[in-house]
Parts: sequence; C-alpha cells; structure tokens
Amino acid sequence: MAKRIDTSGLDVFYGDFKAVEDVSLTVEPRSVTAFIGPSGCGKSTLLRTFNRMHEVVPGGRVAGKVLLDDEDLYAEGVDPVAVRRTVGMVFQRPNPFPTMSIYDNVASGLRLNGVKGRTLLDETVEQSLRRANLWEEVKDRLNKAGSGLSGGQQQRLCIARAIAVEPQVLLMDEPCSALDPISTLAIEDLIFELKNRYTIVIVTHNMQQAARVSDRTAFFTIAGAGKPGRLIEIGDTAEMFSRPSERATEDYITGRFG
Amino acid sequence: MATATSTTLAPISDSRKLRNHVATFAMYACFVIAMIPLVWIIWTLVAKGAGLLGDPHWWTNSQRGITSRIQGGGAYHAIIGTLLMALVTALIAVPLGVGTAIYLVEYGRGRIARAVSFMVDVLTGVPSIVAALFIYALWIGTFGLHRVGFAVSLALVLLMIPVIVRSTEEMLRLVPRDLREAAFALGVPRWKTIMSIVLPTAFSGIVTGIMLGLARVMGETAPLLILGPYAKAINTNLFSGNMAALPTMINQDRVEALKPAVDRVWSAALTLILLVMVLSLLGRLVSRLGSVKTSR
Ligand SMILES: Nc1ncnc2c1ncn2[C@@H]1O[C@H](COP(=O)(O)OP(=O)(O)O)[C@@H](O)[C@H]1O
Ligand SMILES: [Mg+2]
Repeated sequence: MAKRIDTSGLDVFYGDFKAVEDVSLTVEPRSVTAFIGPSGCGKSTLLRTFNRMHEVVPGGRVAGKVLLDDEDLYAEGVDPVAVRRTVGMVFQRPNPFPTMSIYDNVASGLRLNGVKGRTLLDETVEQSLRRANLWEEVKDRLNKAGSGLSGGQQQRLCIARAIAVEPQVLLMDEPCSALDPISTLAIEDLIFELKNRYTIVIVTHNMQQAARVSDRTAFFTIAGAGKPGRLIEIGDTAEMFSRPSERATEDYITGRFG
Repeated sequence: MATATSTTLAPISDSRKLRNHVATFAMYACFVIAMIPLVWIIWTLVAKGAGLLGDPHWWTNSQRGITSRIQGGGAYHAIIGTLLMALVTALIAVPLGVGTAIYLVEYGRGRIARAVSFMVDVLTGVPSIVAALFIYALWIGTFGLHRVGFAVSLALVLLMIPVIVRSTEEMLRLVPRDLREAAFALGVPRWKTIMSIVLPTAFSGIVTGIMLGLARVMGETAPLLILGPYAKAINTNLFSGNMAALPTMINQDRVEALKPAVDRVWSAALTLILLVMVLSLLGRLVSRLGSVKTSR
C-alpha cells in the first residue's frame, strides 16, 4: 500500500524564480517524515511537487525527478489527476466543502470520481471517519454541515476526506498551525496511527511537534531573500535533534536562528 | 506608572464625542436623503396605481378593444409579453454569461482572457438604444425579418450578458482557492471541481446576479420601442406579430393622456415593479435551497 518517494536533483520554479534547489531525498514508506526550516525556505513548495499540485499555480514547474516507488511522477504522459488520487493532501487551514454535509465531504472524493454504490459509500465514510478519530463525535450528525464543527474536528474531517480515496501517501502542510493545543494533540495521535498504513510527510513550524510525531526529519534553509531553499540534511529524528551533523541545523533547532 | 494608567483610562474627550455625533448624524442624513426618492416613487405608484390592481380583470384581461376613453381591460398581455421576452433573454444570456465568467476566472490566462474581459467592459457601456439598433440592423436590415419579440430578446441579451459575467465573476473569485485545491488533491479533474465544488459554493451569489440582470432587462424600453411594437391583444408567439410589454404599455397609455389611460400607466408601472420584486424573492428562495450549508 504505502509507497516510497525519492527525489533527485529537484529544482522547483515559480516562473523564473527558483524557489527550491537541488533536493535529493528519500521518504520512507509507513513512516512520518517531517520537513522543518524557516519560513519561505520552500517546504510547502517542495511538498506540493509530490502530488503535482505545484503546477496548479500559474508558472509552476519543476526540473529533476520525483519517483513514487520507481515511477517518475513527472514522466511524459503521467496524468496529474491520477497522481493526486494516489498522493493525498491536507492543508494548513481546514477546508471542508461548505456546500456539503459531513457525510458528503468524506464521500466527495469517491463520488466525484464516479463511485455510486450506497453501501460502499456508507462503509467508506464510516471507516474513514473512524480512522480519523472523528466517528464517535459526528456519527449522530452526519447530515449536518461540516463547517459547523470545531477547527480541530474540521481538520480531522479533512483528513478523513483525504484518506477516503485510499491514497498511498498523505502530505500534510502545517496541519495544526490553525488549531489549539488539544486539537493539535488529537491530530498528532492520529498521525501516529495513520503511519501504519500510509507514507506521511508533514511540514511543521513546531520543532517539538517534529520531534514528537516524526521518524525522520529533513531540515531546509535559505541563504537569503530571493535565494532558493535548500535541503541541509535529512535523517533519523532522534539523531537529528540530539546530534545534528550540520551547524545550521543545530542553530535552528536550538533556536539560535530563524 | 500611575500617570500612564490614568491617561489610558481617561474618559472619551469632548471633541471626540462631538466628532462622533456629527459623523453619525451625517451618515443617517445621507441614508435618509438616499431613501427619499425611493420611498417617494413607491408611494406615488401605490397611491395612484394600486386601485386597478385589485380588480381581477387586471391580471387576466388584455387591452383588446379598449380605447383611451374607456376604463377597463387588464395588463395580462403586457405581463405575459414581458415575462416571455425576459425568459428567452435569460435562457440565452445566462449560459453565455456564466460560461464566460467561468472561462475568465478558472481558465483564462494572458492575452485572450484580457481581450475577453475588455470586450465585456465595452459591452457594459453600450447604451440600450445602441444594442437595439445593432439588432435592428442585423435582424431587419441584413436578414430582412420582422419586428418580433425574439428580436427584442436578442437586444436584451446584449445588455444582460455583461451584468451576468461581472457578477458571476465576482462570486467565483470569492470561492477560496483552498476549496479548489482540496478538490484537486482528491484527484478530481478541474472541470468537475468547477461543476461540483466551485459553482455550488457560488450558487446563491450567481442567482442574485442573474436576478439583478433580469430586473434591469425587464424595465428596458429602447429595444421594445425599436424592435417590439406594442399590441393591445395577447400574443405569445415570439416569432410573429406585435407583442405587448409593460414598458410599451406604459408608453402607449402615457401618450393618450386621458384619465382612464393615465390610471393604467400608474398601474402598469406598479405591476412592473411588483413583477421584478416577486422574481427577486423567487431568486432568494432558489438560492437559499442550493446554497452553503449552515449548521442547524
Ligand atoms: N504562488 C507563488 N508564486 C510565487 N512565489 C511563491 C508562491 N508561493 C510561494 N512562493 C515563494 O516560494 C518560496 C517558498 O515558499 P513556501 O514554499 O511557501 O515556503 P515555506 O512553506 O517553507 O514557508 C518563497 O520565497 C515564496 O515567496
Ligand atoms: Mg508553508
């Protein structure tokens, strides 16, 4: 189920502006990889190249390779829509579809891709909500609006929606930055459970969070405004936080920089 | 420390209070002044036009065989004419306008999009008489056809399209990027995202825009004068014969200047306003049904 991601010599551009330069890294399956680094160093940008969301932005393009279990996502003839069915995404701000009920939100990915069977949808919705640790809280109001939930519940709803289409990889871009500490803990617990089934990449601003949830951590930084972001090092999280091999990493995680 | 506290907790100064009062008064005054003409118009229309509206014949009969010297008859022929022309106008203008707006917001990039947007701006500025004369030149001059209701609708389409494009565009731009991206990230193709996520989210705003466009178009008189001669009898065929509409009925009876006719002018005007109001309310209802789910 879960797949590995490999990038090699990946450059990411917005038009002529190179936002990320020469990233080569491996994201292991069934584990959580955290991307940390100062604002603007290209974490979100890099993350969005893993499901080809980057090219939704006008002028967005990449050079280099992104492999999903040896398949090049950017090879000629690869359908970006199919890539996004395989690699799901959760955004910074919870964004349930406002016209839809809780049930419809979770079912939306399947429905919009043509799945009709009522029992299959019912089962998937329940299973996804259970996996997102939200079922008990919403099972009596599945037909109510998703936007009526609290921020943390909305974010778990978005996670349920993302996993309902059975992706292989789940990308999360600062999924807790709009949430209170209790909701954040709920999401972190959830991430811990989800990594048994999915490959998870999480961008976070919060070093403690990276330390708590991730198995591996990648540290990025940027030489200055207008310069591209670069990968400084990637490795085992515990190792990285106790014995960073690069000076820049140490400065960042000890709070001397950024 | 103590002095700092006392200044932060000082009461509102008199000059600020005064400015606040003056500004508040000025705003209320502006509001009242803006409302005067509106209330005045509605008051006059109701006072002078409500009488005939109570008579059921007003809603069921035409003006056939009624001259300006006699009372009686109704506005049914004009109501049905106005509604038919508006309906056909909307049937043509809504798909074109909404489609153009979707192109501009979701797909349009670069020179072509700018050109389209510019054309819409130009169209917005076209006076109704010019639109009417353009259709006249085309319909009667080039094709050699007659002055019929459908020709009026075509002229009205030209006037309605820019209104719908601009209002729909605005509504589509209000739909957060996040929602589109959430759908893309589920592996939903762009066109399906637009149909199933973007349009439903913007639905109520789009309907409101359509109703505004319809209201504007139903009161237009120049296209009717040029392309749709008035008839006192009922005609529901948009492709043949003269066809009444409320603005031309008003115009006709206004010219006669005799008491029974003048009474009908006021009533027809009030009817037109009521019609637009009912349609707006209907639009509200429709948009309520399909709009953003608020939790109950
Ligand atoms: N849509 C965009 N168009 C142009 N430049 C962008 C866009 N989004 C981000 N950037 C630029 O790319 C760089 C990396 O941004 P981002 O990936 O958002 O950083 P991070 O997520 O690490 O804070 C920044 O310099 C930012 O200004
Ligand atoms: Mg970011």
